[in-house]
Amino acid sequence: MSEYNTLSRTEVSVGDKLPPVAIDITTGLVVCGALATRDFEPVHHDKSAAQATGLPDVFMNILTSQGLMTRYATDWSGPEAIVRSLDIRLGAPNIPGMVMTITGEVKAKDEQTGIVDIEVLGENNIWGMHMQGTVQLELPTEA
Amino acid sequence: MTPEEQQAFEEKIYAYVGRQVCPPTPARDDVNATMIRHWTEVMGDTNPAYTDAQWAASSRRGKTIAPPAMLYVWNQEGFAVTTGRSSDPQTDMVELFNEHGFTGVLGTNVKQEYFREVSPGDTVVIEMVIDQISERKATARGAGYFFETLATFTNQDGEKIGTQRFRVLKFIPQEQPAAAASEDKLEVPTRIASPRGHDNKWWWDACDEGKVLIQRCTNCQTLRHPPRPMCGECQSMEWDSIESGLDGEILSFTELHHPKIPGYPYPLVCAVIRLGEGTNLVANVVGCEPADIQIGMRVQGRVEQVDEKTMLPQFYPA
Ligand SMILES: [Zn+2]
Repeated sequence: MSEYNTLSRTEVSVGDKLPPVAIDITTGLVVCGALATRDFEPVHHDKSAAQATGLPDVFMNILTSQGLMTRYATDWSGPEAIVRSLDIRLGAPNIPGMVMTITGEVKAKDEQTGIVDIEVLGENNIWGMHMQGTVQLELPTEA
Repeated sequence: MTPEEQQAFEEKIYAYVGRQVCPPTPARDDVNATMIRHWTEVMGDTNPAYTDAQWAASSRRGKTIAPPAMLYVWNQEGFAVTTGRSSDPQTDMVELFNEHGFTGVLGTNVKQEYFREVSPGDTVVIEMVIDQISERKATARGAGYFFETLATFTNQDGEKIGTQRFRVLKFIPQEQPAAAASEDKLEVPTRIASPRGHDNKWWWDACDEGKVLIQRCTNCQTLRHPPRPMCGECQSMEWDSIESGLDGEILSFTELHHPKIPGYPYPLVCAVIRLGEGTNLVANVVGCEPADIQIGMRVQGRVEQVDEKTMLPQFYPA
């Protein structure tokens, strides 16, 4: 049907690991991520406002972390997967200059519905856990 | 806060549970391709379900959809928040927390469930309530309360498209943030510096210059490591040193997983290495997958700068 492949539910097993992805946290990603999610809180684009909260620089907003986490899951699954839920625990801030490495593993699979639970961890190289949680994807039956 | 004051405060706070932050309110803009494109560009998301109309037309959905994680984006208040949020029960409650010293704020959890996908042209309607407020908790950040808002999203036909639970900690900060804000740049942590004392400073000083030395008794010629003042064989306190060629064999090793210590690269392997000269050295093994490391493996060391402040011998498969 297209050059984009989507994993079918029979192709995925509990214990499958997703390939790790490293994301450079740049000022551009932090500021533009905040704007693309219509989050105009000054701490995400104004360094002096961020410093007034005790951090050295602007920090990534939650909606960008959510976006990166779902992107990580659907980059692996392919475009026909349906995102069912996203459950994130938030940790240390992502600040320009850091590198966040995202890893993931399939933790559960419902044979009936094709819904898989992917446990995802995003750790930055300076302060450690930035986000940790589960993305649920509904995978299609074979085409 | 006395117990009586706390009780009076909590009565006021808990009165917010169940309060509506906003009645069902349609987003000012319908779901649209422009905002979707901005979002996908920044996120680096190339999923054709979001932006490739031609692909989407032939997909199971038959049309493009908005990224599910944009659920809350459509109803964001916008640029006005740069000058403060307008008054609603949530901002009033936050103000009440602030007035009582709970000025710290930390988003701790967010959970979104998606029931229906939305496409350009759909309208996202949000309704939000303050769903829960915890009892007072002692947290690592300081004493505080968790509150949770529940947002419910529907489309123009009244169909439920998703929910969002957002959990926030309001706490009494343990230190004044202004004092901590003096550092202008992100301090990149380095490895923990080795203590340098009278008996081992010379060894680390040589390491800083790129050499691994081995102490040698000048009375009986026995080599020893780590550095110490007296020869274990003849009790002489006279010594000099030789430079190691850093060829060696792994006697034992371990991979450190948890906790991940800032300043150290992972995967992180520490090994006991028997050097060609006969003494043992504890050092990292790098340049290969941890799974490929075996006891008895031959390795070759090099003294390298591993971070801004630290020189260390690092061993590679020979
Ligand atoms: Zn001796």
